Amino acid sequence: MTFKDETPSVELSHLDHLWFQISGTLCNLTCHHCFISCSPHNDNFDYLTLENVKSRLEESVALGVKEYYFTGGEPFLHRDMVPILVETLRYGPATVLTNGTVFKREWLATLSEAESKSLYSLEFRVSIDGFSSETNDPVRGEGTFERALKGIVQLVEYGFLPIITAVRTWPDDQEQEVVAAFVDRLKQSGYSRPRLKILPTLHLGAETNRSHGYHPTERVTSEMLLDYDQTQLVCEHSRIVTDRGVHVCPILIESPDSLLGQSLQEATVPYKLRHGACCTCYQYGSICSNPSSAK
Amino acid sequence: MIHSPATTRIACLGGIYNNYLALEVAIQDARNRGVDAIYCLGDMGAFGPHPDRVFPLLSDYDVICLQGNYDHSIGNELNDCQCGYTDPRDNYFAQISYDYTLQNTSGKARQFLRDLPPEIRIDLGPLRLLLCHGSPRRMNEFLWASTSPNHFLEHLAAQRDADVVAVTHSGIKWHRPLADNRHFVNVGVLGRPENDGNQHVWYTLLETSPVDPLRVQFVPVEYDYLRLVREMKNEDLPEEFIETVQTGWWTTCLEILPAKERKQGRW
Repeated sequence: MTFKDETPSVELSHLDHLWFQISGTLCNLTCHHCFISCSPHNDNFDYLTLENVKSRLEESVALGVKEYYFTGGEPFLHRDMVPILVETLRYGPATVLTNGTVFKREWLATLSEAESKSLYSLEFRVSIDGFSSETNDPVRGEGTFERALKGIVQLVEYGFLPIITAVRTWPDDQEQEVVAAFVDRLKQSGYSRPRLKILPTLHLGAETNRSHGYHPTERVTSEMLLDYDQTQLVCEHSRIVTDRGVHVCPILIESPDSLLGQSLQEATVPYKLRHGACCTCYQYGSICSNPSSAK
Repeated sequence: MIHSPATTRIACLGGIYNNYLALEVAIQDARNRGVDAIYCLGDMGAFGPHPDRVFPLLSDYDVICLQGNYDHSIGNELNDCQCGYTDPRDNYFAQISYDYTLQNTSGKARQFLRDLPPEIRIDLGPLRLLLCHGSPRRMNEFLWASTSPNHFLEHLAAQRDADVVAVTHSGIKWHRPLADNRHFVNVGVLGRPENDGNQHVWYTLLETSPVDPLRVQFVPVEYDYLRLVREMKNEDLPEEFIETVQTGWWTTCLEILPAKERKQGRW
């Protein structure tokens, strides 16, 4: 951390979490709160190839990476997503963030077998943003609630225990009620022990139109980091690979200054917390990691 | 660092969580097996009844202890256990347990906990051992078998010049042989069963010999769990905790589990 100016920088203590922007910004859905505006037509970022992932996995060994995360876009639009996950499970635990709407049974069968043969966990994080079509579909699109629910049930049938993630698009004072209803709905659908992760809203990308962007005064200052546990910040322990190189974190890939280098080693440099989204990360902590690896 | 080249067999006890009944059985078992020393890797309190019944056993039988996150919290009378849970329900139960333990731990015991070292280094024959609570880099880091790749564990061990690293904290035992003849061991816990439907708990023997540089043996500890249940009821501890002791299935601290470990449990 430096006090030379108002914008503090954060050192990477260790590369615990290596992310892959595996399907670029291409998604079959166009969610109104998506922080990188992914859609069927957004090809700003391209797919990563299986060969690219293999070489990054090999590169990660020397750095002692702990976990691998895959996001998009929708990762399962990538035709090699299943072999990519199978390969990753040879190296360590893998987590894939999906909207759950495009699974094929043969993929889940292959992945279930790969996980059972691996030492490591394969986690699915399925995004739903409400406990009914009425609350979810206005954010994620017509019919997506039922389709995602079907995906969750398929995962459960193949022995997975998906983590259901929801961005908090409801008022804070309704949290308990919303979460309880969510759990009930999942149980009714056949998921007897649902795991949940509630995420804060990031005022970037499409979300800036749905609600608003960050105010210029919403920035992390050096003073705010005094006595703050910096392990809560994603950039303290993570980096993400895109088709352009290695960026600081999954949230900021569209910001030009997020690209830190071409190799993982190059990208281990400190990062300045210049962005409004850094405030959300600061406020909520561990927003991108799984509950089992929370700091 | 403790230099004791004659040490070839030690017992490692993980989180005790106030389970003095299991602790006593484990200590006697380890002594009967002729260990050179008994180590406790921290978290004396939590979960069970009568915290102060643990400390005379540790003292009487010369158990060498290090500090876990619970010990750091109780010793310094902090507001919570620093267990590192992320789920509101898990934190709710953790707080009940913590408030009870803090209230029932004597000043003398709190001072003992406060003064414990965060790690211990010893030589086991030719092996350099590092004993710590969560991980070598963070007292409350959960190291699960299914989320700890070999190269990550090798990095942690190499960074600290250790041939063997032994930890506890997560509550489920495992052993991973690594490159360069290194080993990582999670010694399990004495405080509660390990979410497999059995009532017994576990401790770990580490042994070295010319033919087998490191033998890791997980030892089941059968103890009077029905007595523990009675005492927990008498102390008004949560039914959820009592159910775990009776059934061997975790009912709390579930959301911190990775997929593989969660699937092995009932809830």
